[in-house]
Formats: sequence, C-alpha cells, structure tokens
Amino acid sequence: MSGYEARFKVWRGDAGGGGLEDFKVEVNEGEVVLDIIHRLQATQAPDLAVRWNCKAGKCGSCSAEINGRPRLMCMTRMSVFDRDETITVTPLRAFPVIRDLVTDVGFNYQKAREIPAFVPPAGLGPGEYRMQQEDVDRPQEFRKCIECFLCQDTCHVVRDHEDNKQAFAGPRFLMRVAELDMHPLDAASDTGLDRSRTAQDEHGLGYCNITKCCTEVCPEGIKITDNALIPLKERAVDRKYDPLVWLGSKIRRRPSGG
Amino acid sequence: MRPKLATGTEPHPNSGGVRTGTRAAIAAPHLRTDRWWLAPAATAAGLLAFVVYSTWRAFADARYYAAPYVSPFYSPCLAERCHTMHAGPNAPVFGSWWGISPAIIILIFPLGFRLTCYYYRKAYYRGFWLSPPACAVPEPHRKYTGETRLPLILQNVHRYFFYAALLVAGVLTYDTVLAFRDENYRWGHMGLGTVVFLVNILLIWAYTLSCHSCRHIVGGRLKHFSRHPVRYRAWGVVSRLNDRHMQLAWASLVSVALADFYVFLLASGAFTDPRFF
Repeated sequence: MSGYEARFKVWRGDAGGGGLEDFKVEVNEGEVVLDIIHRLQATQAPDLAVRWNCKAGKCGSCSAEINGRPRLMCMTRMSVFDRDETITVTPLRAFPVIRDLVTDVGFNYQKAREIPAFVPPAGLGPGEYRMQQEDVDRPQEFRKCIECFLCQDTCHVVRDHEDNKQAFAGPRFLMRVAELDMHPLDAASDTGLDRSRTAQDEHGLGYCNITKCCTEVCPEGIKITDNALIPLKERAVDRKYDPLVWLGSKIRRRPSGG
Repeated sequence: MRPKLATGTEPHPNSGGVRTGTRAAIAAPHLRTDRWWLAPAATAAGLLAFVVYSTWRAFADARYYAAPYVSPFYSPCLAERCHTMHAGPNAPVFGSWWGISPAIIILIFPLGFRLTCYYYRKAYYRGFWLSPPACAVPEPHRKYTGETRLPLILQNVHRYFFYAALLVAGVLTYDTVLAFRDENYRWGHMGLGTVVFLVNILLIWAYTLSCHSCRHIVGGRLKHFSRHPVRYRAWGVVSRLNDRHMQLAWASLVSVALADFYVFLLASGAFTDPRFF
C-alpha cells in the first residue's frame, strides 16, 4: 500500500470557543490517527495541543472522538477509513476543553477520591495476603482499566446531562466499587461499609440504564456492563429491594455474599 | 494564545448536553458518520412486530389448541373458559368469572421477565426511548434520572420475574413432552410440531438460564468462589450462556411466536401436522 493524502478536520480552540480546522496530510502504511496528529504538529500546526504518552494503548492519554466515536487515537488505524473519507478529530465532548484536543478530566479524579479505598484484612501484614485464582479472576478483569475515561465520556448520563455529574460516579468508578466488593480480602464490611448499598445510595448506580456504551468503547475490552455494573445492580437489589435475601441473612446470621 | 482557525471561531453555543459550559464548542449534536441509527431502528421494528403479533394472539382467545399442541401463549391455561386439553395444562384456578382471553393471566409473567430483562432494557431504552439512541449520539430528553425513581426503579424486581419464568418454562416443558403424542393422544409419536416445540423450549430454557439475575443467584453474589466449588462451576456455565443473552433473547422471542403461529395454522385448518411416526 502506498502513501496518500487524507483530509482531516481537527477541532481547535479553547474554553472560549473554537471550530473545526481543515487539513490535508500525508498518510503512510501502518499509521494510526495519532501519527497523523503528530505529523500535523510537525508540519502544519506546531501549536496543536494533544495529550499522549505511550502510543501503545496502555497509558490512556490520547482519548479523543474520531468521526464522533470516543476512541484512543493511538489504537485507531488509518486503514479502517476510506481514503476519500474526511476524518474528524475532536476532544472528548463530556468534559471541559482546555485547548484543542486536550480536555480537563478532573471530574474523574474527583470521583475516584469519592470511592473508599481497599480495606486491608485484620491480622494480615504486607506479603501475607493469599488468594485463590478463582476468587480474583473477576476483580482482575477490572484491573485492566487504563483510565482513558472513554467510558466516562460516552456515558449519556453525564455526557448529555451535566447536572448528573454531582450524583453519578460513572462506569469507570462504579466498576471500581464492583472490583472492591468482589475482592476476596476487602474487609470493608467489617468496618460497616456496605459497598453495594453505597454504590446505589452515594455513587448513583441507579442512573445507569445499562445501555452498554461504556462496554462498546472500552479499548481494553472489559465487559463493564455485564461483569461490573449489572452484578453490582444485583448486589444492590440484595441489600435494598429483595425481602427474601434480607430475611435469609437475618435467619442464617451470617453476612450475605459468602 | 488563541489558535488561528481556518474555519472561523464559533462562539460557545452553551445550549445543553454536549454543548454545555466550557466543553468544546461544536454546534453539531454528534459527528458520527456511520449508520448508527440502523441498530436501534431494527431493534424497535423487531420488538414492535412482536408486540403487535402477540397482542393480537393474546386477545384472540381462539385457535390456540390443536391436539396435541397448545400454544405457549395460552399455557398454563388458568380459567374455566379454556379449551379442554387432554392431560394438558388446564388449571382453572381463576374459575368462571374470568371473562376475557386466559392468555392475559399467564402472559404477565413472561412479559414482565422480558420487560425487566437487562438486555431488553438496553434494547428499548435505545430503540424506543432514545436514551441514548446510540453511543455518543445525544438523547432528546432534557432531564434524566435513569432507574433511580418510579416507575423505572421497579426494574429491580427482575429476579422475581425470573422465578416466575422458571415455573412457566417448566409448564412449557410439560407441553413439549405432551407433543410426543398424536392427535388421538397416543404416546410415542412425533410430528413437525414436536420439533417446533422442542426447539422453542430449548431456546426458552437457554434464554431463561442465561439471565443476569440467574447468574447472580447461582453464584455471582458470592465473594469467595473457592469456598463454593459447585456454585462456581454453575456460575461458569451460566456465564457462558450469559455471553449469548442477547442472541438467546431474540431467538427465543422468535421461536415462541413461531410455535404459537404453528398452532394457529393447525387450529385454523390451514394444513395438517406432518407426522414422522
């Protein structure tokens, strides 16, 4: 395959305003969108702001919207587009823009701080944790998260409704609650912290209507909805809406969840 | 320093949604160039077709029994007005006062199971309520509270409909066993209808057992799988089924309609059931 000249529209501007700027730029075999953005910086727009780091789909920095779809620029091959197609690159549209393709993702760090951390089990020191693989398989899937925040960006709960940002943690951080709730050594319940209940009461799990956009855009292929959000919803039902589970936990006098 | 813009600088529209506050000033509500509307449109059309068909058949109150087959829409039949089905699923617990189609009584349960199903929720939230119609395509509603309040908070009763769906699937299994008779109720026979019923009941069970609530009840609620090896294995089986929940939801929806339509055709005299033996 030989090189060709592609048409790009790249959003340029800042919090005060901006617009899509047209470019024609060389594309070579094997390149990804981030390569083209770098070529634009090198040849036509030296002040184009873009956040990136590893260029290998592992740092989660180069999140953007390409032809309207939230994606990592470094993992979007140019070969998926037709040569005569105009490719539009914009910053993430759920977060405040700083400049050009760089957004302020501070909302996510705020939400991260609101999730209570892992509670170490009593009587075990560092190096003494022992877990069975089958017990950690589920949380390990969620540990693949690279915090690119594409799921947060695409989730319509906050993307389309700024006012929900206060109440809703977003799929990434509800997945964090699920990860800790499924962690075999997390001792939160011993301290009186019921993670399933707080997912519903404090982190806005009820806002999720499981339309799976978070799963669709996840570059790590984590099944956020099926393996984290829905199980968390079912656990919240155990705590809040299922009288049989409540009765069972009272009769058997042991914490639910085994 | 503000960048130099080839296409001019748009002031911030600030008209809600993705154009709120200090987000990137882009007038278009979305910039997707693919056929994002196809999936929600096809989903809505498919669901609408089933709703129209099943409403017609549920209220028809006729042509739902052609020995030895009973339509899955009318089983179990819980009113006295039901067609008498030899050794069939007659249980007139609603007596003679029930004056409309007996299908209405029992269909509430599979309907409730599918309405609160996590897959169907996605399907109709996207296809009918456009919330959202597709990823990164804005929804038309100004306010969104999701499943935090009535009526949508009632989606949390899904597991109870799952329990009811297990009972209904049990009755439909019994109906499938009865389908191994001929039209004179002699055992050891099989016709095309038996195959239709067999395929339908397999899909109904696969869909029912692939349910997310089932996955949770079987083992998902546990914190330590290693202490419950049998439940862990069962959870693994249900999880594999659960991977296909959407496909099973559609396949079983089609098969249950086809099984009913097959009985309708037989009862209407459109053709006679081809018998294998």
